[in-house]
Amino acid sequence: MTQTVLKIVDLDASAQFHLSDTERDEIHHEMSHYPDPRAASIEALKVVQRHRGWVPDGAIAAIAAVIGIPAAELEGVATFYSLIFRHPVGRHVIKVCDSIACHLTGYDELRDALIASLGVRLGETTRDGRFTLLPICCLGACDRGACLMIDDDLHGPVEPAQIAGLLEPYT
Amino acid sequence: MSQRSASDPKYLRPLTRLIDRSAGPLDFEGYEAEDGYTTFRRAIKDLSSADVQTVVKTSNLRGRGGAGFPTGVKWSLIPMGPDAGAKYLVCNADEMEPGTFKDRLLMEQAPHQLIEAMLIAAHAIQATAGYIFLRGEYVTAAQRLGQAVEAARAAGYIGANILGSPWSFELYVHTGAGRYICGEETALINSLEGRRATPRAKPPFPQIAGLWGRPTIVNNVETLSNIPHIVANGADWFKDLSAGKSSDSGTKIYGCSGRATNPGCWELPIGTTAREILEVHAGGMKYGRTLKAWLPGGASTDFLLPEHLDLAMDYETIAKAGSRLGTGLITVVAEDQSMVAAVRNLEEFFARESCGWCTPCRDGLPWSVKILQALEAGRGQAEDLEVLHKLTRWLGPGKTFCPHAPGAMEPLQSALKFFRPEFEAGLAKSDKALTNAGTA
Repeated sequence: MTQTVLKIVDLDASAQFHLSDTERDEIHHEMSHYPDPRAASIEALKVVQRHRGWVPDGAIAAIAAVIGIPAAELEGVATFYSLIFRHPVGRHVIKVCDSIACHLTGYDELRDALIASLGVRLGETTRDGRFTLLPICCLGACDRGACLMIDDDLHGPVEPAQIAGLLEPYT
Repeated sequence: MSQRSASDPKYLRPLTRLIDRSAGPLDFEGYEAEDGYTTFRRAIKDLSSADVQTVVKTSNLRGRGGAGFPTGVKWSLIPMGPDAGAKYLVCNADEMEPGTFKDRLLMEQAPHQLIEAMLIAAHAIQATAGYIFLRGEYVTAAQRLGQAVEAARAAGYIGANILGSPWSFELYVHTGAGRYICGEETALINSLEGRRATPRAKPPFPQIAGLWGRPTIVNNVETLSNIPHIVANGADWFKDLSAGKSSDSGTKIYGCSGRATNPGCWELPIGTTAREILEVHAGGMKYGRTLKAWLPGGASTDFLLPEHLDLAMDYETIAKAGSRLGTGLITVVAEDQSMVAAVRNLEEFFARESCGWCTPCRDGLPWSVKILQALEAGRGQAEDLEVLHKLTRWLGPGKTFCPHAPGAMEPLQSALKFFRPEFEAGLAKSDKALTNAGTA
């Protein structure tokens, strides 16, 4: 019998992790918007993610120390929100809208074509580290279904045949 | 440069009269050239907080985020007076209700309208700070709202002693990081505080103890965007905007998505029929298909049928038909599209987005998904339909901590009511025989 152990924070990695001065400044700037610094938790995680692509284990303890809250509580926040990445992601993140509006306008076909084209399932990253494929709540572009976002760019409506051309600029 | 407001000389489309999608949003100077911020300046100089609260209450503006609660009543619950201390105004810009894409338009194309609205609303409740809680994926809105806030701050409209008055107010754009539940008022407050977005028990209501335990008003983007126009033109003008189509006041940004010829959203008198929205504005069903069912205002509203198309799209009429106006953006299902698959899609969404706080929601929603997936694959078991029915009661109003699961049950219960044969068709062959024997 094997036992599964969930690793929350890697303490060794924490010791080696350092926030850059820029990251620190940006987090402090966010903290100034609220009477309680805890409110900057999500923005702080996003600061690190913006600079590094994801939030490494060590960043949790480092950010928590800046904000002044327990690391375990910040990890609870980090793992709650779907757009905070606690695993490395590809250079580009594809977010496919799976709302009812897109379901009715070709989501299944679009998702299947993306999976076939990239060779990964939802939630996975391509072997070359170029793309991560994620499902996303309604993108609020229902007049352009089926739609998706690549990084900060919204695309839609997207037909399966357009995928190759659509992905090309994202190297 | 031509005045954009000239396109609406009778002032019938207050929310979108300054919007020109091809030209993009007005900057600060452009907005002021269209008399933008005039109402705000007048409100600060000439109107008391009570004056603004009264006109909003009299106008009968109701929340455009989905619940339809009267805005003026919500505001009237907030403690006033010189000793009230810190108070917060929060704009719920976490537009994530599937099938809803109206707040995106208002924020991307009319950011200064929202800023002016928040300044007037904040004056009405004497808020000390405000936050726009914006979903993280709305990157264009974040950039444009951020610029608008900075421009308004530079003009002295945000900050200490605004326009020489004793009132000080700060305004920030706060962006989220996913999760539909953040749209629920108290979950939003937890998220804004930097916590997991689990809902809070009510009472106390946020008006008494909200953000950081202080009195807090949470209003939707579209709701707030109406405020400058109501204060400028009066309650009677706002009531008349519905043009006799409804006892509700104002306009509504309606929309249509799904297999429609020309999906989109349009500002129309509140009480416009769904038929006009679908057939006139959205150009009818795509490829000449027949309409089978429609959601009146998002994923958490009960399905309605083609026979309901001539109903006025207002709060009471849609409620009487057994659904909810919700966000007012309809989603249409065509005759050849599967209701079982549509409901499976909806429940997968709700199951994924449950915050996991209370058991009926956390465990009941995945249960419904499992059954719906089996029915879609033709592997349903005899008792499945009965279990789905039971789930609509077990996850219904009053059985859960917040409205997430009851909302999830609305499309399911209505689909079961109207399209039962489609669900029965998903039973495995042997189980179909059992069910038939049982009902004979």
